[in-house]
Amino acid sequence: MSTTIESHAQPAPVRRPLLRRLIGFNLLSALILGVAGYYLGWFIGHQLSTSKSFEFISATDENDVALLLAYLFGVIGFLIGLGFANYPVSRLLGRPASLREKEDEGIGRYFGLCTDHKVVGIQYLCGIGLFLFIAGLNAMLIRTELLHDVPTTVGPNQYLSLVGMHGAMMMGMMTSGVLGPFANYFVPIMIGARRMAFPRIEALTFWLLMAAGFILTSSIFFGGFPTGWTGYEPLNDQAVMGMDSYIIFFALVGVSMCLLGLNMIATIITLRAPGLTWSRLPIFVWSVLATSVLMVLSAPMLIATLAMAALDRTINTGFFIPGAGGSPFLFENLFWFFGHPEVYILALPGFGIVLELLPVFTRKPLWGYRLAVSGMLGVALLSFFVWQHHLFVSGINADLRPFYMLSTEIISVPTGFIFLCVMGTLWKARSSFSVPMLFCLGWTFNFLIGGLSGVFLSDTPSDTDTHGSFFVMAHFHYTIMGGLIFTFFAAIYYWVPKMTGLRFNERLSKWHFWLMFIAFNSTFMPLFVLGMKGMPRRVSSYAPNLHGLNVWVSISAFVLGFSMLIFLANVVWSLIVVRLPAEANPWRSKSLEWQVPTPVPVNNFEQIPVIDSDPYDYGTPLNIGGAGATPATAGT
Amino acid sequence: MAEPNHARRFTILWVVASLIATPLVIVLLGPILPPGNGSAQASGHVTDNTVLLAMATPVLLLVVIYLIYAVTFFRQPKGGILEGPAVRGNQRIQTVWIVVTSILVLSLAVYGTVRLEEDGAGSGGGPSPVVVPHGKKLQVQVIAQQWEFTYRFPEYGGVEVPHLELPVNEMVEMHVTSLDVIHSFWAYQLGVKADANPDVDNVVFVKPTKEETFEVRCAELCGIWHGSMFDHGHVVSREAFDTWIAEQQTKFAAATKSLPPYSHTYLPEPTRRAE
Repeated sequence: MSTTIESHAQPAPVRRPLLRRLIGFNLLSALILGVAGYYLGWFIGHQLSTSKSFEFISATDENDVALLLAYLFGVIGFLIGLGFANYPVSRLLGRPASLREKEDEGIGRYFGLCTDHKVVGIQYLCGIGLFLFIAGLNAMLIRTELLHDVPTTVGPNQYLSLVGMHGAMMMGMMTSGVLGPFANYFVPIMIGARRMAFPRIEALTFWLLMAAGFILTSSIFFGGFPTGWTGYEPLNDQAVMGMDSYIIFFALVGVSMCLLGLNMIATIITLRAPGLTWSRLPIFVWSVLATSVLMVLSAPMLIATLAMAALDRTINTGFFIPGAGGSPFLFENLFWFFGHPEVYILALPGFGIVLELLPVFTRKPLWGYRLAVSGMLGVALLSFFVWQHHLFVSGINADLRPFYMLSTEIISVPTGFIFLCVMGTLWKARSSFSVPMLFCLGWTFNFLIGGLSGVFLSDTPSDTDTHGSFFVMAHFHYTIMGGLIFTFFAAIYYWVPKMTGLRFNERLSKWHFWLMFIAFNSTFMPLFVLGMKGMPRRVSSYAPNLHGLNVWVSISAFVLGFSMLIFLANVVWSLIVVRLPAEANPWRSKSLEWQVPTPVPVNNFEQIPVIDSDPYDYGTPLNIGGAGATPATAGT
Repeated sequence: MAEPNHARRFTILWVVASLIATPLVIVLLGPILPPGNGSAQASGHVTDNTVLLAMATPVLLLVVIYLIYAVTFFRQPKGGILEGPAVRGNQRIQTVWIVVTSILVLSLAVYGTVRLEEDGAGSGGGPSPVVVPHGKKLQVQVIAQQWEFTYRFPEYGGVEVPHLELPVNEMVEMHVTSLDVIHSFWAYQLGVKADANPDVDNVVFVKPTKEETFEVRCAELCGIWHGSMFDHGHVVSREAFDTWIAEQQTKFAAATKSLPPYSHTYLPEPTRRAE
């Protein structure tokens, strides 16, 4: 441990002159090189596949090789422009390499490769917020189309593009929705470290994700993609060039996820402060660790699967093409082997945030720490054994359905641990209902509904009715939007005062919560009914008798969208216009991240702290001498 | 001021609410749960859905009533800075919770398995299903393609028809397959759902029990007209079915001759888009 401390205690680098900062490696040079790389790839692709010279983008030009190469070269150019090649090139040439990038600069450090984990956290928060907003707008358009029972507003082709974009963006970008902003920012501080284990890789994960997001958005220029976020073959193989955007997007997300996970695991294992034993680790850090393990183990499967799909589309390898020796079942299996852990990658950080925040607002220690940890690790482990429940009616391995039914239902046991810990922590608490607490309680209700509806889907006979219907849609929106997005906002309201030194307007925040909570339930609760009445997912035309309920859902969805505008207004008003200063520790938290100064210094800690307890040292001990013998529920 | 016995009060609240709500859910919601009693399988689903809902109700009430109780009674006084009790867990409660939830989910899994293996539950059972009902079965092949379902009757000269009619009270053996991308054959009122995969024979059994019109939909995204892949089928008496199928054989006699010979799958040409 001592060597770690010393190696980080190096002097801050010298400030570079202004001109050097402007023309050096930054977002501008990255964009220029990115565009150059894009057209280089486009050119090479056309040379390779048609031996024709340069052709501009046009809707009729269906050249997958050119587009895939253009994206890849564009991303490489973008990363070089940001300066990711500087370090390896310097080392290769034997020159002294800069260990720290932009850490000393002002506002400019947010617009380029920066190795300060706090800068990366804020970059992630803004970047992910942008894509959350775009994907949310897609959802608004989807609901606008569903105001009519036949395609009217956007048409079936555009509708499918919207569905695919909404799904892929939410499932892809939001995998890092909590780990990106909050784990990058707070895990090093919570474990008493000065930085992440691999600061340059940390920055790389962010910029890869941004490149991925813009590539997915660019699919609208290439006809969109008709497969939804699952990208099932052989529809994938039929699809126009927009499908290539999806493939590159999700593969880049996979790389970013895998690296982010590796970095987190390395950081948490190696950089913990002296005395921070595993049983004193904040529960949020445990959830990040469990999520990271899932990311590292599942993302490579996704990348490989998409590489195979790309080869099928370009050089006719036929991995997934029936009649060419392949099988669409292979894609379904590989995709869901990634896809189900992915769902828990979205859910687990939410568990961590709720359990991390509850002790602060209930003024009680976390109830059942070990149970919570085993719950998260149990979920993480089991999530690799349930994937075929997505394929109950597909005809794959039908004999094994009882096994997947069992494993899927067993996974609700460790999930139940989390609920018990939440309930135990609330027992006889002194709860104050600040906005982060409200979002945590909202999570509890939403995830409960999501979990219980999941029981219907895990039961094969019952799943026969609900598979592929709006019931599934409602279920995973309850677990992901109700689970992840609610805790994402809990984390924003809880931690942004630390990140910025500014606080939110309380009244607007409460309006945001209540409107979002009510509109969310009013949007997604009726979808269970729609699914049970027989409305399939991803349709732009549906049975006329379902029209009334769909209009209700659409209007609720617009209110839900409006609640996000309240949040945006709150951000603009509180953080930009009025700039209300926050107290140093507004929630009276005992966690380590609230003990460092605001803004957090570049090195986080003058001296690495020595940890002697877990961060949940709240509450007044009862029955001194007999503590532990008193059951928590007994009246005292 | 003596603190009330919260544990007892909450337990009473929960037990009473569950005792009232669970029978109500079974009696009121049970009969209207999907997918109705159009077939033996569909009736089975109604039972399954009712059982699951009845088991979920006390769990839902437990957490919701607990949340409301905790939010109502365990509050920080306005502007207060009181600390709660420093209780970090309770071994007994944790053990009871683990045991009870495990028993619950294991019994659900056993129940689901038993129900599944009784008659296949109308769920696509792959090329060689484990459970095959005894006795005579009417063979129907469901062929999905972008964007329609057609049906072939191998016992009636392999005739292929655009709409489905089935005789009531007879076991039907459906072979679901696709000619292009993945579709999913969903006969809502019959409680049948089976993916239609190219080059795969997905077998599902269903025994319609009521003469009615049923809806056929595609339940797997299959391209831009996925939402319009919608049709009505009819369950009719045996006599009506015989008349209907004879009509169809005459009507499509010329087309039947040009069809490929009946087989469980039709190996599709790789369906790439035009180069």
